[in-house]
Amino acid sequence: MSKGFLVFVESRGGQLRKASLEALSEAKRLAQSADVHAIIVGKDIKGLAAELAKFGPTSILIADNDLFANYSSEAYAKAVTEAVNKLGARFVLAANTSMAKDFIPRAAAKMDAACVTDVMSIKGGGDNLEVTKPMYSGKCYGVYELNSDVSFITLRPNVFALAENGGEAKSEDLSVNVEKVRAQVSEVHASEGNKVELSEATVVVAGGRGIKGPENWPVLQNLCDTLGAALGASRAVVDAGWIDHQHQVGQTGKTVSPQLYIACGISGAIQHLAGMSSSKVIVAINKDPEAPIFKHATYGIVGDVLEIVPKLAAEVKKAQG
Amino acid sequence: MKIAVCTKAVPDTETRIAIAADKKNIDFAGVRFVTSPFDEFAVEEALKLKEKHGGETVVFSLGGAECTAVLQDSLARGIDSAVHINDPDFANLDTLSTAKVLAAAIKDGGYDIVLLGQQGVGGDNSQVPSMLAELLDWPQTTMVVKLEVEGNQFKAEREIEGAHEVVTGSLPAVFSAQKGLNEPRYPGIKGVMAAKRKTIEVKSAESLGLKGKVSTELCKAKLKEVLMPPERPQGRKLEGDIDTQVKELVNLLRTESHVL
Repeated sequence: MSKGFLVFVESRGGQLRKASLEALSEAKRLAQSADVHAIIVGKDIKGLAAELAKFGPTSILIADNDLFANYSSEAYAKAVTEAVNKLGARFVLAANTSMAKDFIPRAAAKMDAACVTDVMSIKGGGDNLEVTKPMYSGKCYGVYELNSDVSFITLRPNVFALAENGGEAKSEDLSVNVEKVRAQVSEVHASEGNKVELSEATVVVAGGRGIKGPENWPVLQNLCDTLGAALGASRAVVDAGWIDHQHQVGQTGKTVSPQLYIACGISGAIQHLAGMSSSKVIVAINKDPEAPIFKHATYGIVGDVLEIVPKLAAEVKKAQG
Repeated sequence: MKIAVCTKAVPDTETRIAIAADKKNIDFAGVRFVTSPFDEFAVEEALKLKEKHGGETVVFSLGGAECTAVLQDSLARGIDSAVHINDPDFANLDTLSTAKVLAAAIKDGGYDIVLLGQQGVGGDNSQVPSMLAELLDWPQTTMVVKLEVEGNQFKAEREIEGAHEVVTGSLPAVFSAQKGLNEPRYPGIKGVMAAKRKTIEVKSAESLGLKGKVSTELCKAKLKEVLMPPERPQGRKLEGDIDTQVKELVNLLRTESHVL
């Protein structure tokens, strides 16, 4: 009998994170007959259990405490490891978000456990899973075996399908004995920029040198607004100071896997391709017909970004009715 | 203030990756090794902290001969001394084993701060900083874009989805550097000359007390195979005047690719 799964489900501002629910959906697919428990951690979060139950966990552990009101790696790692000890879970899954990236490896070290992050596919079931993740920013992939009593896996957002399985999961309070918190979030400042998070967006519109100058971002932003897309950028324009680093896609920026990636005036340096080549559909718009980006694009248009993008936005709007 | 920086020697980011014959790694033949890009921000931050607060900086690197140039690069930028952890037992370690080795090398050194890049090129794991913090039993802040230290207190800003978090806490602590933290300096001729007179201490599994405790064989996450990404199907350039192409593109995105 398999020892089952535990899924860490992140919440922010009273909302369950979609990427976490993708992880829960994947755990349900992998678990076969084993249990899939979910854990939520925070303050005043009991109300989230009903929404979470729709995704079919066996049970929901709720660590609701003043200590969790402000995020801390130490307290969150402790909550998850205590849940693992209580349930005897074989696998712990979480979405590869900035929160999970911070504390899941810490929890794994606490349990002397295997940990693989940013996983894009999982094979097997029951007690044996084989996980595949991008290496060298997606220039190649590594297939890992996990050889510890409990293993931690974080899943790339946007890659695993959501599935509402329904169910009547019972909730249970998890009391966590946190001995020490020596570092904790004291303030959160919303950053200007994307309303849709780049790494979780289903559509990304990205700009490079071909947009000619930072004064032309509104042209791309308009297309983003029409498509509900996040705005990305090449390293060249980030390094030139045209836009903040949080928009950078590629080897020293973010790696994205949207349904649709529209590269505007991006030539397609190997470091950039690494960050976006797992997108389902790639559109390239570039005035240089020899630009390497065209080799990777599903559809290409040769021409001036500043002429084409507004026309594209208008045409999309027309199609949307 | 005593600061440790951990750096990784990685293939230059321009490198085209080929898979090795045993399919368990990439082919390193002819590859030029550099300091992992995020580690450059960690090195720079260590130098800035020393400039402001005084103290000592030590750079660590785990790996084979490829580490020498990377350690010399950090020394040339101004880091005081270097430790090269080099042992055949430590080839191709997983993240947890890597953190165990670094923890063993750092734990009794009297350090106040450990800095690392938020992610090493290659494994792209973003795990070692948090694991190291746990093994040292220190607090941590990862993906740091701003760091201030005053006495034994720190204030660090980290990048999260759509926001910046400010984390406050106490030293000693582990920090991982994100792009945006600083602008790394380049080593000058003087620095390069000075680096030649600085020492690189070599540590082994034996000298770290890890013989038989950490090795490739004992890793819990085992890299079974390295694959090239699936080939993308051949795409196409659209034709006709711009208006026709734009109409055709929207049509294809709707009816052929179903992404609109």
